Amino acid sequence: MWRDTLLVAGKDLRIEARSRVALSQVAPFGIVALVLFAFALGPDRALMATGAPGLFWVAVLFCTVQAVQRSVSVESADGARDGLRLSGLDPAGLFLGKTVAVAAQLVVLEALLAVGVVLLYGARIDVPWLIVVSCALGTVGLAATGTLYGALSAGLRVRETLLPFLLLPIVAPVLLAGTRIWQAAMAGGTPADGTQWLRLLVIFDAVYVALGVVVYGPIQETA
Amino acid sequence: MNPNQRVRSPLLQSARARWTVRIIGIAAVLSTAFTVWLGLWVTPPDQVQGDLVRLVYIHPGVAWVALYLAFGLAAAASLLYLWPRTRSLFWDRLAAAAVEVGVVFNVCTLISGSIWGKPAWGVWWAWDARLTSTAVLLVLFLGYMALRRVPAEPEVRARRSAFLALFAAVDIPIVHFSVLWWKTLHQGATVLNPDLSPTIHGSMAWTLLLSFVALTLVFVWMLVVRYRIGVLEDWLGSGELDAALRERQAEGVAPDPAGDGSEAAAGAPVPEGVR
Repeated sequence: MWRDTLLVAGKDLRIEARSRVALSQVAPFGIVALVLFAFALGPDRALMATGAPGLFWVAVLFCTVQAVQRSVSVESADGARDGLRLSGLDPAGLFLGKTVAVAAQLVVLEALLAVGVVLLYGARIDVPWLIVVSCALGTVGLAATGTLYGALSAGLRVRETLLPFLLLPIVAPVLLAGTRIWQAAMAGGTPADGTQWLRLLVIFDAVYVALGVVVYGPIQETA
Repeated sequence: MNPNQRVRSPLLQSARARWTVRIIGIAAVLSTAFTVWLGLWVTPPDQVQGDLVRLVYIHPGVAWVALYLAFGLAAAASLLYLWPRTRSLFWDRLAAAAVEVGVVFNVCTLISGSIWGKPAWGVWWAWDARLTSTAVLLVLFLGYMALRRVPAEPEVRARRSAFLALFAAVDIPIVHFSVLWWKTLHQGATVLNPDLSPTIHGSMAWTLLLSFVALTLVFVWMLVVRYRIGVLEDWLGSGELDAALRERQAEGVAPDPAGDGSEAAAGAPVPEGVR
């Protein structure tokens, strides 16, 4: 299973390294979202700094949808999905591999967005480790749910419009938890508040990773 | 499927089933009427809330159906569908019917809650944990219905929908706790306590209980009717395809519209390509 995970993740990341879709399209899209949020809030820097945690995570969620769409679409051409199913790779490994690839791209995007939030909104981070841990845990949850829902909507012609509608409400807990942890880690926050939310993220990750490992095989039969 | 073949479903064919459904429907109407009468005329107004308290005979019952009965049934039926031993389109259609009726009840919950919230709390909507969970649940339900609307073979659609219901079902407790913490961590004393006096008047308690029974009956009746419609829809869908295929095949052997069709129909060989 682990070997298959590495194979699939390596394949997806190689495609990304050659096509640079996430880097040249999804990342700029995230930055555009940050700029638009600033326009929506007005030039008040204090207001922006207050809203920074939530806006960061909303931007991450939007980028997740894009990254998942890309992850599904690389399999949709030339019968690649059938090829993967016929390849004899473990479905659990397939799920974990796709998840790892999406997560790896999301981590880079989050780093970019975090820098953007600090520079553009003037957000001051007091407890960096809390930020790092929340991003790591949030990324796992987003990538796992995204991969699951991507597989569920893979064969649909209406995937582009349906996927965000199905995925975004499901990951609402990640948005809530991530935002609260960031608020706790920012200047003026109480870091102790964050640990409860970290637990929620761990539970969310555990549930969806376990679910994906178990049901990814059967899901592919629906496409 | 042969279009002349009758729909195979005991719920549609057996006379006893039809009578049972009719009786449930009548019981639902009668108990609802009785609840309305008790709730509007017999029970006294509340000391604090006055006549506003009469919403208690609608809102909790509707919410019970929407949040527990409909969603629980949809999740259980979806799981039973996914379980290989109990896999049957019955569970799939039941889940779909439960979700669709659940959406109606969910919207009614939100509307009746808003009507209550405006005079009681001063706002139509508050970001209270329960309200937020209910709204998220509604969105998840709507997503399920959207996925079902995507045209597919009944089996494929059933699998997809069942998986979606499963993913949503495990999310509900997490959403619930997260909005609970979100709310409680952020705001202190809340004005959102509906302030139901714990000592509830005898007739009020009975009416409240009756409203739960009445709304559950309404739910069951709507569920069964929606299930039947689901069976008929699938039957019609496959029948339509068959009809279209027959029509298309008939084009190949169709008599010449100009005139002596009998010869063409009887004698002319059908070209290979149009069969």
